[in-house]
Amino acid sequence: MANQIGGMGLLTIFVLAVFVGFEVVSKVSSTLHTPLMSGANAIHGVVLVGAILITGVSSGPAQITLGLIAIVLGTVNMVGGFVVTDRMLRMFSARRGEERR
Amino acid sequence: MSTGAQFGYLIAAICFILALKGLSAPKTARYGNWAGAAGAVIAVAVTLSVGHLQHLGLILGAVAVGAVIGVPAATRVKMTAMPQLVAIFNGVGGGAAALVALIEFLTVASQSSKIAMGDQAATVFTVLVGSVSFAGSMVTFAKLQELMTTRPVVLPAGRWISGAVFVAAVGLAVAGLPVRSTGLLVTLLLVSLGLGVLFVLPVGGADVPIVISLLNAFTGLTVAASGYVLGNTLLIVAGTLVGASGTILTRLMAAAMGRPLTGILFGAFRASVAGPAAAAQNRPVRSGTPEDIAILLGYARKVIVVPGYGLAVAQGQHTIRELADLLTARGVKVAYGIHPVAGRMPGHMNVLLAEANVPYESLLEMDEANMELSSADVALVVGANDVVNPAARTSPGAPIYGMPILNVDSAAAVVFCKRSLRPGFAGIENELLYDPKTTLLFGDAKESLSKVVAAVKAL
Repeated sequence: MANQIGGMGLLTIFVLAVFVGFEVVSKVSSTLHTPLMSGANAIHGVVLVGAILITGVSSGPAQITLGLIAIVLGTVNMVGGFVVTDRMLRMFSARRGEERR
Repeated sequence: MSTGAQFGYLIAAICFILALKGLSAPKTARYGNWAGAAGAVIAVAVTLSVGHLQHLGLILGAVAVGAVIGVPAATRVKMTAMPQLVAIFNGVGGGAAALVALIEFLTVASQSSKIAMGDQAATVFTVLVGSVSFAGSMVTFAKLQELMTTRPVVLPAGRWISGAVFVAAVGLAVAGLPVRSTGLLVTLLLVSLGLGVLFVLPVGGADVPIVISLLNAFTGLTVAASGYVLGNTLLIVAGTLVGASGTILTRLMAAAMGRPLTGILFGAFRASVAGPAAAAQNRPVRSGTPEDIAILLGYARKVIVVPGYGLAVAQGQHTIRELADLLTARGVKVAYGIHPVAGRMPGHMNVLLAEANVPYESLLEMDEANMELSSADVALVVGANDVVNPAARTSPGAPIYGMPILNVDSAAAVVFCKRSLRPGFAGIENELLYDPKTTLLFGDAKESLSKVVAAVKAL
């Protein structure tokens, strides 16, 4: 499966993404450390996509069972992560809304 | 995979970058999170619609099960227990990535005998790091939930055991490169789980948040590696973004605590000395009644409140706000000094106080708070301990030595609202409790604060 772009292409994407990742969060106020960690945590829930793809081409009960477990885990990570992050951030913005009034 | 699907993944990757960017600034944080969620929805929708998927019913069912578990957990968790939840979410993500690599391995193993070195390396990496992240996160959960001791757990010869397990894991990983053995990979998975447990056990309570952040970065890299295994660009981009930003974030957090990362991870091995704890038990302290405290606060000109996790546990945020309002009405200047790691995670206290509608402008960050403290009449410490412990400045042997603290000892008087003389999360005795200018108010934070509120009203 790895050969549509080729190993070198994938490696290039990886290295460039490292720089982007360093760059986007270089300055963060400590107030936002917790939501940022939680949000980043939700983003790696995208492993769900991998779990779906692999389960969709699997045959054999062992692979399918493991795949379905991976899908459940990935969904918990992704959906739960975004919801809990939003809950935290809602509190900040609710308060800001009051100040304006 | 079709060009359309690839394009969808590209959009999702852009969403994730915007999400991290947005989350880094207070004004845009919420939009950032939405951008991330939108990216995730696009990614899953594209994946489901590219077709050629078997077992679609089962897959959708599993997604539904995951959502039914995840959403209520996220909406119902108490804000005080949030760090644990983030740890669990992180752990299951790492576990999922390890499983994906394992399944791909099983599938490929049954189809061909040719071994692509790059794929194989990514597979062992994913299984190893994913399992470490999963097991490590579960131990951090147990520590934060106080299912187990929050103190560093140092096994006899722990350093050697951890070292041996680490060498075993790396050895198995290297041995797994040229051969295609399912048994070897499963053994690697089990050993890595053990390594994850051993990795987190010696970390002291106060440092656990930093470990969560580090494991978060680990999981990101794991997801990226599983993306390499699957040849999926989106997983690589998203996972790497989290891995890189998580590493930076971990360093920022460690810097906020003034501690090198290695000291946090391996500190317990050398600092197993209990510090000045033991002998201190029967020393005299000065405790006051709520009325004493009310007089102290009511006739002060400037009061700095230093809230800690104990306040949140007692759900006393609203009471402290009531007290602050009362004092302000009497002409007392009240502000909150927020330590970056007050609570259980960096920024945690800001979230908790936001929940109680404490005005944003009265929250002072540490440097500002320290300036104000030196001219304050009273520093009111509620349920905090480690973040105001002068041992961080004065006793080089203490595990928190070097951590920047709020210098409440520079205020004219200090009031501690505490349940007992028990040391804080880091397990270190606080000399300030025995200082002559300190008054202690024993009891549950919310209860004793309510009494103080009543007493201030009666002034």
